[in-house]
Amino acid sequence: MVEQHIASAFDRDLEAIQAQIMKMGGLVEVAIIDSARALETRDEELAQQVRRGDKAIDGLEELINEEAARVIAIRAPAAVDLRLVLSVMKIAGNLERIGDYSKNIAKRTGVLIQGQDNSDSAAALRRMAREVELMLKDALDAYIQRDVELAADVIARDREVDQMYNALFREFLTHMMEDPRNITSCMHLHFIAKNIERMGDHVTSIAEELIYLVTGNRPEDDRPKADTTSTTTQEI
Amino acid sequence: MNTMNMMDKTLDTQTTKISARDVNVYYGDTHAIKDVNVEIDANTVTAFIGPSGCGKSTFLRCINRMNDTIDVCRVTGDILLDGEDIYDKRVDPVQLRAKVGMVFQKPNPFPKSIYDNVAYGPKIHGLARNKAEMDEIVEKSLRRAAIWEEVKDRLDAPGTGLSGGQQQRLCIARAIATEPEVLLMDEPCSALDPIATAQVEELIDELRTNFSVVIVTHSMQQAARVSQKTAFFHLGNLVEFGPTGQIFTNPDDPRTESYITGRIG
Repeated sequence: MVEQHIASAFDRDLEAIQAQIMKMGGLVEVAIIDSARALETRDEELAQQVRRGDKAIDGLEELINEEAARVIAIRAPAAVDLRLVLSVMKIAGNLERIGDYSKNIAKRTGVLIQGQDNSDSAAALRRMAREVELMLKDALDAYIQRDVELAADVIARDREVDQMYNALFREFLTHMMEDPRNITSCMHLHFIAKNIERMGDHVTSIAEELIYLVTGNRPEDDRPKADTTSTTTQEI
Repeated sequence: MNTMNMMDKTLDTQTTKISARDVNVYYGDTHAIKDVNVEIDANTVTAFIGPSGCGKSTFLRCINRMNDTIDVCRVTGDILLDGEDIYDKRVDPVQLRAKVGMVFQKPNPFPKSIYDNVAYGPKIHGLARNKAEMDEIVEKSLRRAAIWEEVKDRLDAPGTGLSGGQQQRLCIARAIATEPEVLLMDEPCSALDPIATAQVEELIDELRTNFSVVIVTHSMQQAARVSQKTAFFHLGNLVEFGPTGQIFTNPDDPRTESYITGRIG
Protein backbone atom coordinates (compact mmCIF):
# COMPACT_ATOMS: atom_id res chain seq x y z
CA MET A 1 0.00 0.00 0.00
CA VAL A 2 1.68 3.14 -1.18
CA GLU A 3 -0.95 5.63 -0.17
CA GLN A 4 -1.52 6.59 3.42
CA HIS A 5 -4.89 7.16 5.01
CA ILE A 6 -5.90 10.72 5.78
CA ALA A 7 -6.52 9.46 9.32
CA SER A 8 -3.02 8.29 10.23
CA ALA A 9 -4.30 6.41 13.29
CA PHE A 10 -6.08 4.08 10.85
CA ASP A 11 -2.74 3.20 9.24
CA ARG A 12 -1.24 2.56 12.67
CA ASP A 13 -4.13 0.26 13.60
CA LEU A 14 -3.78 -1.78 10.42
CA GLU A 15 -0.01 -2.00 10.81
CA ALA A 16 -0.39 -3.09 14.42
CA ILE A 17 -2.68 -6.03 13.63
CA GLN A 18 -0.41 -7.14 10.81
CA ALA A 19 2.57 -6.99 13.16
CA GLN A 20 0.66 -9.23 15.55
CA ILE A 21 -0.03 -11.71 12.75
CA MET A 22 3.70 -11.82 12.05
CA LYS A 23 4.46 -12.37 15.72
CA MET A 24 1.90 -15.15 15.88
CA GLY A 25 3.30 -16.66 12.67
CA GLY A 26 6.78 -16.65 14.20
CA LEU A 27 5.58 -18.52 17.29
CA VAL A 28 3.75 -21.07 15.14
CA GLU A 29 6.82 -21.68 12.96
CA VAL A 30 8.83 -22.41 16.08
CA ALA A 31 6.08 -24.73 17.39
CA ILE A 32 6.11 -26.77 14.15
CA ILE A 33 9.90 -27.13 14.13
CA ASP A 34 10.17 -27.86 17.86
CA SER A 35 7.39 -30.44 17.92
CA ALA A 36 9.01 -32.34 15.04
CA ARG A 37 12.46 -32.08 16.62
CA ALA A 38 11.16 -33.27 19.99
CA LEU A 39 9.68 -36.30 18.23
CA GLU A 40 12.85 -37.22 16.39
CA THR A 41 15.24 -36.59 19.29
CA ARG A 42 12.80 -38.08 21.85
CA ASP A 43 13.10 -34.88 23.86
CA GLU A 44 10.25 -34.82 26.37
CA GLU A 45 11.28 -31.45 27.75
CA LEU A 46 11.10 -29.78 24.34
CA ALA A 47 7.72 -31.45 23.73
CA GLN A 48 6.49 -29.99 27.00
CA GLN A 49 7.73 -26.58 25.97
CA VAL A 50 5.67 -26.81 22.76
CA ARG A 51 2.57 -27.81 24.74
CA ARG A 52 3.00 -24.86 27.10
CA GLY A 53 3.78 -22.45 24.25
CA ASP A 54 0.39 -22.96 22.63
CA LYS A 55 -1.23 -20.67 25.20
CA ALA A 56 0.66 -17.68 23.83
CA ILE A 57 -0.51 -18.51 20.31
CA ASP A 58 -4.14 -18.79 21.44
CA GLY A 59 -3.80 -15.50 23.32
CA LEU A 60 -2.52 -13.73 20.21
CA GLU A 61 -5.42 -15.04 18.15
CA GLU A 62 -7.85 -13.61 20.65
CA LEU A 63 -6.01 -10.30 20.68
CA ILE A 64 -6.01 -10.09 16.88
CA ASN A 65 -9.74 -10.84 16.68
CA GLU A 66 -10.49 -8.18 19.28
CA GLU A 67 -8.35 -5.63 17.46
CA ALA A 68 -9.99 -6.51 14.12
CA ALA A 69 -13.45 -6.13 15.64
CA ARG A 70 -12.44 -2.76 17.05
CA VAL A 71 -11.14 -1.55 13.68
CA ILE A 72 -14.37 -2.66 12.00
CA ALA A 73 -16.47 -0.86 14.63
CA ILE A 74 -14.48 2.36 14.64
CA ARG A 75 -13.17 2.73 11.09
CA ALA A 76 -15.81 0.95 9.01
CA PRO A 77 -13.11 -0.24 6.59
CA ALA A 78 -13.95 -0.55 2.90
CA ALA A 79 -12.38 -2.18 -0.15
CA VAL A 80 -8.74 -3.20 0.41
CA ASP A 81 -8.92 -2.17 4.09
CA LEU A 82 -11.95 -4.37 4.61
CA ARG A 83 -10.26 -7.28 2.87
CA LEU A 84 -7.19 -6.75 5.03
CA VAL A 85 -9.19 -6.94 8.26
CA LEU A 86 -11.13 -9.99 7.07
CA SER A 87 -7.97 -11.76 5.94
CA VAL A 88 -6.21 -11.03 9.22
CA MET A 89 -9.05 -12.65 11.16
CA LYS A 90 -9.00 -15.76 8.99
CA ILE A 91 -5.22 -16.06 9.03
CA ALA A 92 -5.20 -15.79 12.82
CA GLY A 93 -7.67 -18.71 12.85
CA ASN A 94 -5.46 -20.75 10.51
CA LEU A 95 -2.37 -20.08 12.60
CA GLU A 96 -4.20 -21.04 15.76
CA ARG A 97 -5.17 -24.38 14.21
CA ILE A 98 -1.58 -25.04 13.12
CA GLY A 99 -0.49 -24.28 16.68
CA ASP A 100 -3.03 -26.80 17.98
CA TYR A 101 -1.70 -29.50 15.64
CA SER A 102 1.84 -28.84 16.88
CA LYS A 103 0.63 -29.14 20.44
CA ASN A 104 -1.09 -32.42 19.57
CA ILE A 105 2.14 -33.74 18.05
CA ALA A 106 3.94 -32.81 21.25
CA LYS A 107 1.33 -34.68 23.30
CA ARG A 108 1.67 -37.83 21.21
CA THR A 109 5.45 -37.51 21.44
CA GLY A 110 5.07 -37.98 25.21
CA VAL A 111 3.48 -41.38 24.55
CA LEU A 112 5.83 -42.41 21.75
CA ILE A 113 8.94 -41.76 23.85
CA GLN A 114 7.75 -44.54 26.20
CA GLY A 115 7.70 -47.06 23.32
CA GLN A 116 10.27 -48.59 21.00
CA ASP A 117 12.57 -46.81 18.59
CA ASN A 118 10.89 -45.31 15.53
CA SER A 119 13.62 -43.02 14.31
CA ASP A 120 13.03 -43.70 10.59
CA SER A 121 9.42 -42.60 10.70
CA ALA A 122 10.27 -39.70 13.00
CA ALA A 123 12.92 -38.48 10.57
CA ALA A 124 10.43 -38.65 7.68
CA LEU A 125 7.84 -36.76 9.74
CA ARG A 126 10.41 -34.13 10.58
CA ARG A 127 11.20 -33.62 6.88
CA MET A 128 7.50 -33.25 6.23
CA ALA A 129 7.15 -30.75 9.09
CA ARG A 130 10.18 -28.85 7.79
CA GLU A 131 8.52 -28.55 4.39
CA VAL A 132 5.31 -27.21 5.94
CA GLU A 133 7.27 -24.75 8.06
CA LEU A 134 9.04 -23.44 4.95
CA MET A 135 5.68 -23.09 3.22
CA LEU A 136 4.36 -21.13 6.19
CA LYS A 137 7.40 -18.87 6.20
CA ASP A 138 6.91 -18.16 2.49
CA ALA A 139 3.16 -17.64 2.94
CA LEU A 140 3.82 -15.04 5.63
CA ASP A 141 6.55 -13.38 3.55
CA ALA A 142 4.15 -13.31 0.61
CA TYR A 143 1.57 -11.71 2.89
CA ILE A 144 3.83 -8.92 4.06
CA GLN A 145 5.23 -8.26 0.58
CA ARG A 146 1.82 -8.68 -1.09
CA ASP A 147 3.49 -11.20 -3.40
CA VAL A 148 0.76 -13.10 -5.25
CA GLU A 149 3.25 -15.23 -7.19
CA LEU A 150 4.96 -16.51 -4.07
CA ALA A 151 1.54 -17.28 -2.57
CA ALA A 152 0.60 -19.29 -5.67
CA ASP A 153 3.88 -21.18 -5.34
CA VAL A 154 3.06 -22.04 -1.71
CA ILE A 155 -0.34 -23.37 -2.77
CA ALA A 156 1.27 -25.56 -5.43
CA ARG A 157 3.79 -26.97 -2.94
CA ASP A 158 1.03 -28.41 -0.74
CA ARG A 159 0.92 -31.25 -3.24
CA GLU A 160 4.34 -32.45 -2.10
CA VAL A 161 3.18 -32.54 1.50
CA ASP A 162 0.17 -34.60 0.47
CA GLN A 163 2.45 -37.05 -1.33
CA MET A 164 4.69 -37.37 1.72
CA TYR A 165 1.58 -38.13 3.74
CA ASN A 166 0.45 -40.82 1.28
CA ALA A 167 3.82 -42.54 1.47
CA LEU A 168 3.80 -42.50 5.28
CA PHE A 169 0.23 -43.77 5.37
CA ARG A 170 1.23 -46.86 3.37
CA GLU A 171 4.34 -47.33 5.43
CA PHE A 172 2.39 -47.30 8.72
CA LEU A 173 -0.17 -49.75 7.36
CA THR A 174 2.63 -52.10 6.38
CA HIS A 175 4.30 -51.83 9.81
CA MET A 176 1.04 -52.59 11.54
CA MET A 177 0.41 -55.66 9.41
CA GLU A 178 3.92 -56.92 9.93
CA ASP A 179 3.63 -56.87 13.69
CA PRO A 180 0.58 -55.96 15.78
CA ARG A 181 2.90 -54.68 18.51
CA ASN A 182 3.56 -51.71 16.21
CA ILE A 183 -0.06 -50.66 16.19
CA THR A 184 0.04 -48.27 19.16
CA SER A 185 3.02 -46.31 17.93
CA CYS A 186 1.87 -46.41 14.30
CA MET A 187 -1.55 -45.06 15.24
CA HIS A 188 0.11 -42.11 16.98
CA LEU A 189 2.60 -41.64 14.18
CA HIS A 190 -0.21 -41.67 11.67
CA PHE A 191 -2.11 -38.98 13.55
CA ILE A 192 1.07 -36.92 13.59
CA ALA A 193 1.42 -37.32 9.83
CA LYS A 194 -2.21 -36.37 9.40
CA ASN A 195 -1.70 -33.32 11.63
CA ILE A 196 1.19 -32.13 9.48
CA GLU A 197 -0.81 -32.73 6.33
CA ARG A 198 -3.62 -30.59 7.79
CA MET A 199 -1.12 -27.88 8.67
CA GLY A 200 -0.24 -27.74 5.00
CA ASP A 201 -3.90 -27.14 4.17
CA HIS A 202 -4.05 -24.25 6.66
CA VAL A 203 -0.89 -22.75 5.17
CA THR A 204 -2.57 -23.02 1.77
CA SER A 205 -5.56 -21.11 3.16
CA ILE A 206 -3.24 -18.36 4.38
CA ALA A 207 -1.73 -18.06 0.90
CA GLU A 208 -5.25 -17.92 -0.56
CA GLU A 209 -6.13 -15.10 1.84
CA LEU A 210 -3.23 -13.07 0.49
CA ILE A 211 -4.45 -13.58 -3.06
CA TYR A 212 -7.91 -12.43 -1.97
CA LEU A 213 -6.44 -9.42 -0.18
CA VAL A 214 -4.51 -8.26 -3.25
CA THR A 215 -6.89 -9.18 -6.08
CA GLY A 216 -10.29 -9.16 -4.38
CA ASN A 217 -10.94 -12.63 -5.76
CA ARG A 218 -10.33 -16.03 -4.24
CA PRO A 219 -8.36 -18.43 -6.39
CA GLU A 220 -10.52 -21.05 -8.08
CA ASP A 221 -10.50 -24.25 -6.04
CA ASP A 222 -8.93 -26.41 -8.70
CA ARG A 223 -5.57 -27.04 -7.11
CA PRO A 224 -4.41 -30.63 -7.43
CA LYS A 225 -5.46 -32.76 -4.47
CA ALA A 226 -2.79 -35.34 -3.91
CA ASP A 227 -4.09 -36.93 -0.72
CA THR A 228 -5.23 -40.37 -1.92
CA THR A 229 -5.37 -42.07 1.48
CA SER A 230 -9.15 -41.96 1.69
CA THR A 231 -9.22 -44.66 -1.01
CA THR A 232 -6.04 -46.51 -0.06
CA THR A 233 -6.25 -50.19 0.94
CA GLN A 234 -3.56 -52.69 1.85
CA GLU A 235 -4.01 -56.37 1.07
CA ILE A 236 -2.60 -58.90 3.53
CA MET B 1 -16.61 -14.72 -10.17
CA ASN B 2 -16.63 -12.27 -7.35
CA THR B 3 -18.17 -14.03 -4.37
CA MET B 4 -19.11 -10.67 -2.89
CA ASN B 5 -22.10 -10.43 -5.20
CA MET B 6 -24.34 -11.93 -2.58
CA MET B 7 -23.93 -8.71 -0.64
CA ASP B 8 -25.80 -6.72 -3.25
CA LYS B 9 -29.44 -6.50 -2.47
CA THR B 10 -31.39 -8.25 -5.16
CA LEU B 11 -32.53 -5.93 -7.88
CA ASP B 12 -36.22 -6.23 -8.63
CA THR B 13 -35.88 -5.15 -12.20
CA GLN B 14 -33.29 -4.15 -14.71
CA THR B 15 -35.41 -1.62 -16.63
CA THR B 16 -33.60 1.60 -17.37
CA LYS B 17 -35.43 4.63 -15.99
CA ILE B 18 -32.98 7.39 -16.73
CA SER B 19 -30.36 7.28 -19.40
CA ALA B 20 -27.67 9.97 -19.64
CA ARG B 21 -25.58 10.17 -22.79
CA ASP B 22 -22.46 12.30 -23.20
CA VAL B 23 -23.69 14.84 -20.69
CA ASN B 24 -21.49 17.90 -20.26
CA VAL B 25 -22.26 20.81 -17.96
CA TYR B 26 -20.55 24.19 -18.00
CA TYR B 27 -20.88 27.01 -15.52
CA GLY B 28 -19.57 29.85 -17.69
CA ASP B 29 -16.01 28.72 -18.43
CA THR B 30 -15.97 25.99 -15.81
CA HIS B 31 -16.42 22.52 -17.20
CA ALA B 32 -18.31 20.90 -14.30
CA ILE B 33 -19.45 17.58 -15.81
CA LYS B 34 -17.40 15.81 -18.45
CA ASP B 35 -18.95 13.28 -20.84
CA VAL B 36 -21.02 11.43 -18.31
CA ASN B 37 -22.83 8.32 -19.51
CA VAL B 38 -24.97 6.46 -17.05
CA GLU B 39 -28.04 4.25 -16.97
CA ILE B 40 -30.17 4.47 -13.85
CA ASP B 41 -32.43 1.49 -13.22
CA ALA B 42 -36.07 1.66 -12.22
CA ASN B 43 -36.96 0.67 -8.64
CA THR B 44 -33.38 1.02 -7.59
CA VAL B 45 -31.58 3.31 -5.20
CA THR B 46 -28.54 4.79 -6.91
CA ALA B 47 -26.00 6.65 -4.80
CA PHE B 48 -23.70 9.36 -6.15
CA ILE B 49 -20.55 9.72 -4.10
CA GLY B 50 -17.40 11.78 -4.50
CA PRO B 51 -15.44 14.64 -2.93
CA SER B 52 -16.89 18.15 -2.71
CA GLY B 53 -16.98 19.87 -6.07
CA CYS B 54 -16.79 16.63 -8.05
CA GLY B 55 -20.04 17.38 -9.88
CA LYS B 56 -22.37 14.87 -8.28
CA SER B 57 -24.93 17.48 -7.17
CA THR B 58 -24.66 19.29 -10.48
CA PHE B 59 -25.41 16.08 -12.31
CA LEU B 60 -28.29 15.28 -9.96
CA ARG B 61 -29.78 18.71 -10.65
CA CYS B 62 -29.63 18.05 -14.40
CA ILE B 63 -32.08 15.19 -13.99
CA ASN B 64 -34.97 17.53 -13.19
CA ARG B 65 -33.58 20.59 -14.95
CA MET B 66 -32.90 22.50 -11.76
CA ASN B 67 -29.87 23.95 -13.51
CA ASP B 68 -32.20 25.81 -15.91
CA THR B 69 -32.59 28.42 -13.22
CA ILE B 70 -28.86 29.23 -13.30
CA ASP B 71 -28.15 31.68 -16.13
CA VAL B 72 -24.52 30.78 -16.78
CA CYS B 73 -25.20 27.06 -16.73
CA ARG B 74 -25.13 25.18 -20.02
CA VAL B 75 -26.01 21.49 -20.44
CA THR B 76 -25.15 19.43 -23.53
CA GLY B 77 -25.83 15.78 -24.31
CA ASP B 78 -29.04 13.86 -23.72
CA ILE B 79 -30.86 12.84 -20.59
CA LEU B 80 -33.70 10.45 -21.31
CA LEU B 81 -36.48 9.65 -18.88
CA ASP B 82 -38.27 6.51 -20.06
CA GLY B 83 -36.65 7.06 -23.43
CA GLU B 84 -37.77 10.70 -23.83
CA ASP B 85 -35.37 13.60 -23.85
CA ILE B 86 -36.12 15.82 -20.86
CA TYR B 87 -34.29 18.75 -22.48
CA ASP B 88 -36.61 18.67 -25.49
CA LYS B 89 -38.19 22.08 -26.14
CA ARG B 90 -41.69 20.59 -25.78
CA VAL B 91 -41.01 19.42 -22.24
CA ASP B 92 -42.44 21.71 -19.56
CA PRO B 93 -39.96 21.79 -16.65
CA VAL B 94 -42.82 22.15 -14.16
CA GLN B 95 -44.45 18.97 -15.44
CA LEU B 96 -41.06 17.26 -15.48
CA ARG B 97 -40.49 18.15 -11.83
CA ALA B 98 -43.83 16.58 -10.90
CA LYS B 99 -42.43 13.35 -12.31
CA VAL B 100 -38.94 13.89 -10.93
CA GLY B 101 -39.22 15.05 -7.32
CA MET B 102 -36.40 16.47 -5.28
CA VAL B 103 -35.42 16.66 -1.63
CA PHE B 104 -32.69 19.06 -0.61
CA GLN B 105 -29.93 19.08 1.94
CA LYS B 106 -31.60 21.58 4.23
CA PRO B 107 -35.25 20.97 5.02
CA ASN B 108 -37.15 23.79 3.34
CA PRO B 109 -40.85 23.51 4.22
CA PHE B 110 -43.13 26.27 2.90
CA PRO B 111 -44.18 28.80 5.56
CA LYS B 112 -47.58 27.15 5.58
CA SER B 113 -49.35 24.49 7.57
CA ILE B 114 -48.15 20.89 7.54
CA TYR B 115 -51.25 19.96 5.55
CA ASP B 116 -50.72 22.68 2.93
CA ASN B 117 -47.07 21.78 2.52
CA VAL B 118 -48.06 18.33 1.31
CA ALA B 119 -51.22 19.43 -0.53
CA TYR B 120 -49.44 22.13 -2.53
CA GLY B 121 -48.07 19.92 -5.30
CA PRO B 122 -51.21 17.81 -5.82
CA LYS B 123 -53.23 21.06 -5.87
CA ILE B 124 -51.27 22.79 -8.64
CA HIS B 125 -51.16 19.59 -10.67
CA GLY B 126 -54.89 18.96 -10.12
CA LEU B 127 -54.41 15.51 -8.63
CA ALA B 128 -57.38 15.73 -6.24
CA ARG B 129 -61.01 16.35 -7.23
CA ASN B 130 -62.29 17.21 -3.78
CA LYS B 131 -61.29 17.74 -0.15
CA ALA B 132 -61.73 14.06 0.72
CA GLU B 133 -59.34 12.98 -2.00
CA MET B 134 -56.85 15.62 -0.95
CA ASP B 135 -57.08 14.45 2.67
CA GLU B 136 -56.33 10.98 1.48
CA ILE B 137 -53.27 12.07 -0.55
CA VAL B 138 -51.94 14.09 2.41
CA GLU B 139 -52.37 11.23 4.86
CA LYS B 140 -50.88 8.65 2.50
CA SER B 141 -47.85 10.82 1.76
CA LEU B 142 -47.25 11.59 5.42
CA ARG B 143 -47.58 7.91 6.28
CA ARG B 144 -45.12 6.89 3.60
CA ALA B 145 -42.68 9.49 4.87
CA ALA B 146 -42.99 7.92 8.34
CA ILE B 147 -44.16 11.12 10.00
CA TRP B 148 -47.96 10.70 10.08
CA GLU B 149 -48.15 9.49 13.68
CA GLU B 150 -46.16 12.49 14.85
CA VAL B 151 -48.18 15.17 13.07
CA LYS B 152 -51.70 13.78 12.56
CA ASP B 153 -53.10 15.83 15.45
CA ARG B 154 -51.59 19.11 14.36
CA LEU B 155 -51.92 19.23 10.59
CA ASP B 156 -52.82 22.93 10.82
CA ALA B 157 -49.62 23.80 12.68
CA PRO B 158 -46.88 25.49 10.62
CA GLY B 159 -44.42 23.11 8.97
CA THR B 160 -41.57 25.33 10.06
CA GLY B 161 -42.38 24.57 13.70
CA LEU B 162 -41.31 20.94 13.39
CA SER B 163 -37.90 19.63 14.39
CA GLY B 164 -35.20 19.32 11.73
CA GLY B 165 -35.72 15.62 11.21
CA GLN B 166 -39.48 16.03 11.07
CA GLN B 167 -39.15 18.92 8.61
CA GLN B 168 -37.00 16.75 6.34
CA ARG B 169 -39.54 13.94 6.42
CA LEU B 170 -42.27 16.53 5.74
CA CYS B 171 -40.30 17.64 2.68
CA ILE B 172 -40.06 14.03 1.57
CA ALA B 173 -43.85 13.68 2.03
CA ARG B 174 -44.25 16.84 -0.05
CA ALA B 175 -41.94 15.45 -2.75
CA ILE B 176 -43.79 12.13 -3.02
CA ALA B 177 -47.31 13.62 -2.85
CA THR B 178 -47.32 14.18 -6.60
CA GLU B 179 -46.48 10.49 -7.17
CA PRO B 180 -43.19 11.19 -8.92
CA GLU B 181 -41.45 8.39 -10.78
CA VAL B 182 -38.02 9.47 -9.73
CA LEU B 183 -36.96 10.98 -6.43
CA LEU B 184 -33.72 12.95 -6.30
CA MET B 185 -32.20 13.47 -2.89
CA ASP B 186 -29.31 15.85 -2.35
CA GLU B 187 -27.71 15.00 0.99
CA PRO B 188 -31.10 14.45 2.63
CA CYS B 189 -29.65 13.43 5.99
CA SER B 190 -26.77 15.82 6.50
CA ALA B 191 -28.78 17.96 8.92
CA LEU B 192 -30.37 15.04 10.76
CA ASP B 193 -29.52 13.14 13.92
CA PRO B 194 -28.79 9.38 13.69
CA ILE B 195 -32.35 8.36 14.56
CA ALA B 196 -33.95 10.63 11.97
CA THR B 197 -31.26 9.47 9.51
CA ALA B 198 -32.18 5.84 10.14
CA GLN B 199 -35.86 6.69 9.61
CA VAL B 200 -35.12 8.44 6.33
CA GLU B 201 -32.93 5.53 5.19
CA GLU B 202 -35.68 3.07 6.04
CA LEU B 203 -38.05 5.26 4.05
CA ILE B 204 -35.71 5.35 1.06
CA ASP B 205 -35.68 1.57 0.97
CA GLU B 206 -39.49 1.47 1.05
CA LEU B 207 -39.78 4.14 -1.64
CA ARG B 208 -37.77 1.93 -3.96
CA THR B 209 -40.82 -0.29 -4.56
CA ASN B 210 -42.54 2.63 -6.28
CA PHE B 211 -39.83 5.05 -7.34
CA SER B 212 -36.31 5.22 -8.62
CA VAL B 213 -34.27 7.02 -6.03
CA VAL B 214 -31.05 8.87 -6.75
CA ILE B 215 -29.22 10.07 -3.66
CA VAL B 216 -26.18 12.28 -3.32
CA THR B 217 -24.39 11.67 -0.05
CA HIS B 218 -21.10 12.45 1.61
CA SER B 219 -21.57 9.54 3.96
CA MET B 220 -19.99 6.51 2.37
CA GLN B 221 -21.65 4.32 4.95
CA GLN B 222 -25.01 5.73 3.99
CA ALA B 223 -24.36 5.05 0.32
CA ALA B 224 -23.37 1.50 1.21
CA ARG B 225 -26.44 1.03 3.38
CA VAL B 226 -29.20 2.39 1.18
CA SER B 227 -28.15 1.91 -2.42
CA GLN B 228 -27.98 -0.97 -4.84
CA LYS B 229 -25.86 0.90 -7.36
CA THR B 230 -23.13 3.41 -6.64
CA ALA B 231 -21.55 5.98 -8.93
CA PHE B 232 -18.26 7.62 -8.00
CA PHE B 233 -17.62 11.11 -9.40
CA HIS B 234 -14.23 12.81 -9.40
CA LEU B 235 -13.32 16.17 -10.98
CA GLY B 236 -16.44 16.11 -13.14
CA ASN B 237 -15.87 12.59 -14.44
CA LEU B 238 -17.96 9.56 -13.69
CA VAL B 239 -15.07 7.32 -12.63
CA GLU B 240 -16.88 4.14 -11.74
CA PHE B 241 -20.46 2.92 -11.68
CA GLY B 242 -21.43 -0.51 -10.43
CA PRO B 243 -23.20 -2.65 -7.84
CA THR B 244 -22.76 -1.11 -4.38
CA GLY B 245 -21.37 -4.31 -2.84
CA GLN B 246 -18.66 -4.51 -5.44
CA ILE B 247 -17.75 -0.82 -5.21
CA PHE B 248 -17.25 -1.12 -1.46
CA THR B 249 -15.38 -4.42 -1.37
CA ASN B 250 -13.47 -4.50 -4.63
CA PRO B 251 -13.63 -1.34 -6.74
CA ASP B 252 -12.03 -1.45 -10.19
CA ASP B 253 -10.57 2.05 -10.32
CA PRO B 254 -7.72 3.10 -8.01
CA ARG B 255 -9.32 6.55 -7.59
CA THR B 256 -12.50 4.95 -6.23
CA GLU B 257 -10.39 2.78 -3.94
CA SER B 258 -8.49 5.80 -2.60
CA TYR B 259 -11.66 7.74 -1.98
CA ILE B 260 -13.72 5.09 -0.23
CA THR B 261 -10.86 3.90 1.94
CA GLY B 262 -10.10 7.45 3.09
CA ARG B 263 -6.77 7.87 1.35
CA ILE B 264 -5.52 10.96 -0.38
CA GLY B 265 -6.40 10.39 -4.00
